[in-house]
Amino acid sequence: MKPRTKRIAIVAGGLAALAVAAGLVLTAFQQNLVFFFTPSQVAAKEVPQGKTFRIGGMVEKGSVARQADGLTVRFMVTDTAKSIPVVYHGALPDLFREGKGVVAQGRVGTDGVFMASEVLAKHDENYMPPEAADAVKRAQETNRKATQTVVGGERR
Amino acid sequence: MIPELGQFALVLALCLALVQCVLPIAGAARGNAAWMAVARPAAQGQFVFVAIAFGCLAWSFANNDFSVLNVATNSNSFLPLHYRIAATWGSHEGSMLLWVLVLTIWTVAVTVFSRHLPADVVARVLGVMGFVSVGFLAFMLFTSNPFDRLLPPAPDGHDLNPLLQDPGMVFHPPLLYMGYVGFSVAFAFAIAALLAGRLDATWARWSRPWTTVAWVFLTLGITLGSFWAYYELGWGGWWFWDPVEKASFMPWLVGTALIHSLAVTEKRGGFKAWTVLLAILAFSLSLLGTFLVRSGVLTSVHAFATDPRRGIFILAFLAVVIGGALALFAWRAQRVGTGGRFELVSRESLLLTNNVLLLAAAGSVMLGTLYPLALDALGLGKLSVGPPYFEAVFVPLLAPALFLMGVGPIARWKRAEIPELAARLRWALGVSIVAAIVVPLVMGRFSALTALGIGLAAWIIASAAITLADRVKHAGGAGIANRLRGTPRAFYGMLLAHAGIAVFVIGVTLVKTYEAEKDVRMAPGDTMELGGYVFRFDGVKDVKGPNYIAVRAAIPVMREGRTIVMLYPERRVYRVQESPMTEAAIDYGMFRHLYVALSEAVGPDAWIVRVHYKPFVGWIWGGCLLMALGGLLAATDRRYRATAREPQPSPYAAATSR
Repeated sequence: MKPRTKRIAIVAGGLAALAVAAGLVLTAFQQNLVFFFTPSQVAAKEVPQGKTFRIGGMVEKGSVARQADGLTVRFMVTDTAKSIPVVYHGALPDLFREGKGVVAQGRVGTDGVFMASEVLAKHDENYMPPEAADAVKRAQETNRKATQTVVGGERR
Repeated sequence: MIPELGQFALVLALCLALVQCVLPIAGAARGNAAWMAVARPAAQGQFVFVAIAFGCLAWSFANNDFSVLNVATNSNSFLPLHYRIAATWGSHEGSMLLWVLVLTIWTVAVTVFSRHLPADVVARVLGVMGFVSVGFLAFMLFTSNPFDRLLPPAPDGHDLNPLLQDPGMVFHPPLLYMGYVGFSVAFAFAIAALLAGRLDATWARWSRPWTTVAWVFLTLGITLGSFWAYYELGWGGWWFWDPVEKASFMPWLVGTALIHSLAVTEKRGGFKAWTVLLAILAFSLSLLGTFLVRSGVLTSVHAFATDPRRGIFILAFLAVVIGGALALFAWRAQRVGTGGRFELVSRESLLLTNNVLLLAAAGSVMLGTLYPLALDALGLGKLSVGPPYFEAVFVPLLAPALFLMGVGPIARWKRAEIPELAARLRWALGVSIVAAIVVPLVMGRFSALTALGIGLAAWIIASAAITLADRVKHAGGAGIANRLRGTPRAFYGMLLAHAGIAVFVIGVTLVKTYEAEKDVRMAPGDTMELGGYVFRFDGVKDVKGPNYIAVRAAIPVMREGRTIVMLYPERRVYRVQESPMTEAAIDYGMFRHLYVALSEAVGPDAWIVRVHYKPFVGWIWGGCLLMALGGLLAATDRRYRATAREPQPSPYAAATSR
């Protein structure tokens, strides 16, 4: 093979590989984007039906209840304006507590209950998941009468 | 008094760093030997002052000086001494100080082990490292001073995050930073080559051991972090595609590409411009990773808003270092040259393909990390990229890379023949096909991905064995023992690191396919079965630690009616922060781990217990250790020492003895 053809072959091969890789990456990327919605948006039915997404907010005080099997847990996630019921099956993360920020990933059932496949834990007691903080902030901007207390723990 | 001393030492270090940056580079440009000679003493002085500053901060932590803000927020008088000292680097400010300390350690190592290098090279390398140091010291002094006072002093500290109160966390950051910052040496060599417009095989030989050692540290740091997440977070996972993990994984991928590209530059004088570009990229990603993690951008974009100075400083510094380096590259790369020619089928082209695949992998990680950030910063909504994305991308990208790992080491430089390669590797192919079919069947369930993983791992190991046999056959010397001894250490290092990848792949494949987990509600006397083991819950009892209280469950594990081990998972509540923590109990076995975590109380004496059966999970970290060991062997090869006029200890000794 002449050096010139060889170089062209290498460049073409490289470009083809890159194109394949880019295609792969972008397809996988598109399929795995998980969007975030606030409880208000869920209540307003702005969420895609049957698709996985995330909600965030505070765990409503007094809303956590375990079912008889001891493993299924129900609680309300609120952004101070609207609350959404959430069902999760399994052990909750260490830092899950009433009145604290939470982010859950899952999908909404036809009954309007959010079936969580994952409840996210954070590593620090004062740390508020940014999505949760954001949800509360947005709700408060649209609904000024909400109290100030919830945003307190936003920053470490 | 002591904290002020530390602060003053930092200011002096900054002054010396400025001198170390400006004078030697100017001297190298103008051929002024006296200016160039300033580099070494300035670098060593800077190290001394940064070490003093670090010592002062550690002293404040050790002596519970809660008038220092950093100590008050990250320590507590009940915290055991070793964690108080580790808390020195447990905060943003402290970890920045550790970063600079590590940078000066590497700089001093360069001053010590560069005696055989030309003066202008040393001057430029140290100058570039001085520049990086200036940026970090200024960042600390102006935006995140670790010695800020708190008036009036706090009566007691707010305690270290309980998750960090663990031996793994004591060593993880220093190891990781040794890796991150170690790439600054390769970066400095690359910039020096661009500045001088001269790059040859000798250059590659100088920068190669440094790069390898940095890569070894990074590998160890990531491994330790992964292992820590596994046993400490209580979820039984070993890799979460967490933004922080991704930030350390990107430089690792590019660093791995750099190691391979440097091999071509040293042996064949090829890939010159490419190697320089990779060296720039590896360090740029290290910087990006440090800042993403440490500026709070990743966990919360609002950190920019709460302390705009920090964010802007970071962005500006990143722009100067990365942008400047790339601009210099664009301007001077042609002078460096691209290097020798090679055929389409040759070891060079195989290594190039491997490089492209690694870079594509790094790029896809970067996309998944930065895209959500960018979208959020632009106010276009919040989203996250799930782990399935990375898994979907990594398998097709890295499977060919794993296949080529078997072929590369046995292929000839410059020109290889496919039929010849096929003939030499046919046994490896046979072995891997058999393994791909047999292992999943023996394990109980067949799946295509499992077969692929096992097949590729067997392929790498078998072809490594063939490569070794081949090498020994053609080596000079009488007798196998002599020939084995005559084979360079770097060659063994390469094979060992590749075998490490294979072990790692086996671990990942088997644990992904055959792991099992159950969340069960258990009252005393209840039993459950998982993976052929029976777990009995014998109730809980209260225990007390130095700064926490805990409940501890007793869970005997039985197999075929006999108790094989007692597991004691705990649930701790730390006194100051009052955060509950799961302390999992693990029975470590060569071929499986049994992992039990106590979750929460449900009812008077019933608890939710999470049980994992994890086959071969230990092989994941074992493989990583083999990789690191391989890197170590390669970095201590005789030829790097032989370049010195007088016998010198290996660069590795320099990096660890401090």
